[in-house]
Amino acid sequence: MDIKDLVVVKLKEKFPKYNFETSEFRNELTVKLDKKNIVKVCKFLKENEELDFRLCEDVTAIDWAKRTDRFTVVYHIFSLKNNFRLRLKADVDESDCSIETVTSVWKSANWAEREAYDMYGIKFKGHPDLRRMYMPEEFEYHPLRKDFPLMGIPGSLPLPKKN
Amino acid sequence: MEKLTKEDVNPKILETLLADTDITVEDALENEMILNMGPQHPATHGVLRVLLRLDGETVVSSVPELGYLHRGYEKMAENMSYYEFIPHTDRLDYLSPMMNNVAWVLAVEKLAGIEAPPRAQYIRMLIAEFARMASHLVAIGALAMDVGALTVFLWTLREREKILDIWDILCGARFTNSYTRIGGVANDAQPEALAKARWFIDQFEENMDECERLLNSNRIFVERLDGIGAISGDEAIDLGMTGPSLRGSGIEFDLRRNSPYLCYNDMDFKVITYKEGDALARYFVRADETRESVKIIRQVLDNMPKGDVLLNQPKKVLPKKTEIYSRMEELIHDFMIVNFGINPPVGEIYHAIEGSKGELGFYFVSKGEGKPWKCKIRSPSFCNLQSLPKLIKGYMISDVVAIIGSIDPIMGEADK
Amino acid sequence: MGLEAKLKNDGFLATTVDALVGWSRKNSVWPMPMGISCCAIEMMASGDPKYDIARFGSEVMRFTPRQCDLMIVAGTVTYKMSHVVKKIYDQMPDPKWVIAMGACTSSGGMYRSYSVVQGIDQFLPVDIYLAGCPPRPENLLNALIQIQDKIKRSKAREFQDIPLPELPVLQNN
Repeated sequence: MDIKDLVVVKLKEKFPKYNFETSEFRNELTVKLDKKNIVKVCKFLKENEELDFRLCEDVTAIDWAKRTDRFTVVYHIFSLKNNFRLRLKADVDESDCSIETVTSVWKSANWAEREAYDMYGIKFKGHPDLRRMYMPEEFEYHPLRKDFPLMGIPGSLPLPKKN
Repeated sequence: MEKLTKEDVNPKILETLLADTDITVEDALENEMILNMGPQHPATHGVLRVLLRLDGETVVSSVPELGYLHRGYEKMAENMSYYEFIPHTDRLDYLSPMMNNVAWVLAVEKLAGIEAPPRAQYIRMLIAEFARMASHLVAIGALAMDVGALTVFLWTLREREKILDIWDILCGARFTNSYTRIGGVANDAQPEALAKARWFIDQFEENMDECERLLNSNRIFVERLDGIGAISGDEAIDLGMTGPSLRGSGIEFDLRRNSPYLCYNDMDFKVITYKEGDALARYFVRADETRESVKIIRQVLDNMPKGDVLLNQPKKVLPKKTEIYSRMEELIHDFMIVNFGINPPVGEIYHAIEGSKGELGFYFVSKGEGKPWKCKIRSPSFCNLQSLPKLIKGYMISDVVAIIGSIDPIMGEADK
Repeated sequence: MGLEAKLKNDGFLATTVDALVGWSRKNSVWPMPMGISCCAIEMMASGDPKYDIARFGSEVMRFTPRQCDLMIVAGTVTYKMSHVVKKIYDQMPDPKWVIAMGACTSSGGMYRSYSVVQGIDQFLPVDIYLAGCPPRPENLLNALIQIQDKIKRSKAREFQDIPLPELPVLQNN
């Protein structure tokens, strides 16, 4: 069976009650799911022997700048056994800007989630060490949100004095 | 390096540093010491700050801090078209700039659904392998310099200057050359450049042997790196490491073989793996990979097809300069592409190539406009640096320098 | 610096001492490589056998600020890094000069974004601005020669005994 169909079939078999929306573009499979199921699905994808998604390449977020479901958290995972890459997406609303962390499944999600927190402000519940990654700790804004201007907010970052 | 008191360190960092034992803050700073290996340091490859908690000279735990070179690439990418961003990609992994150019245009071409002509693909492979060699030469030289062998650094830089000369003839700039374009490369490879490439690879093996003769059986070098910073293959993959650092731990994962791009399917080369997982294994992986790159370049030069180097698709690919000034449709297309962008279809893609440090990937979300709605750069140095606290735990301060050198992070990439 | 500071007028003795001191200072300018990003690689390249910076007197690139005269700021300076650069500049003893290497340090370069300082002359006094992205090693050597000319023309009385300001002992975590 083609690996894309295998993944979808196995997911639907193991979690019949969750609703998955799958889509395909340029030969890549994207699976969209509910944010409360994310840890269980990721654990299954990693530990199942046929699928074996051992490498979590990236965790990032998209800001759609609309009122409901403003953010989408995107996970890219790779299976070395099947040479196949899968994309998982979960919507996060702005009012409750948080999602469970997947660091219990893959340790490489640690810094990637910190970066998503720094840039977008999405909190990852259960993360061992949620601090800002790139901007200094005192910085109050989240730069990659669509309402933050490209040139920044003057005065938000201090500069040393010239003597 | 300066000693810090507990008021100087940010409380959140202090908490992480002291997390894994039940020693309280007061005890910790009487028996142990928190040392700041600051952003400006001769041995950290770029502006990397590492806070070390030391018991005497042994590292108990550490916290790396990034962000000193965060230039806001992803935000800038949302505000400029796909063409305008090509010079920015040079500055990501600034030791192998052509490789990043190739990665970006491959990702944009995948999104737009076009493919470059065969000669352009072979030229891209040529420059990508040269970029890999240039980066590995500096990595080996810097690692040798960090553990004390200063001569090797100057010899590898001498070889690298020859590669930069080849790039100078090819595209006009010796460094940060934005040579690739969407749909091909900027101009055809001149015969002098190809002849000089052939001359270079013919004399490279001997010079590489000379550098290796100084290092491989040098007792100081081997003892400083043997057994230091060991990590097993399963842990490395769990932490997200890719590239030579992962292949030094026994896992055979190379994107040129696992998900091939360009014409690597037709090339004959080995994927170098070593089992031990320590700093010496990573050094050997890099040294052997330069020789494999020489093999690939020889095959590319022998089999280079003739033809165009820019695809003939007016809506997506910039037309040739000479035609713009004399023909009407080309003028209009040039105007549309430069001002409004190439307008790929709505959708999202992720494309990754095997960069010199690991897997370099670009993730685009496109809403059909000329600018990407979101662009994420998956940089290998960022993910490799994540394993640093695990790698240096239990070793001495001078080993920290050797381990950072063997992971070979580039902060321009890690900080984006 | 002690003896020259006392020579306050132009006279035969003062100008001879000026010329001697200027000549000896310019022929042994030791740079402090503040290598931050891509320009640092070209700075390293200007030290390699092809473009040898050592033949101009910059025999060693000391990484400690206490032993250097010239700070070459090579690479994009972000707001987070600017405090570090200023701290290192303060640690250098007088007389000191600064080269702003590349477009990023001169004016922010190609990065018009929220975290890049648009020109280091907002917090450091700069002597020479180098254009290029990155400037070729020959360009850096040209800047070094210009700095050497500037040093040759400087007078000893410009460097009086100035007590160093007391540095605050806090970090910017």
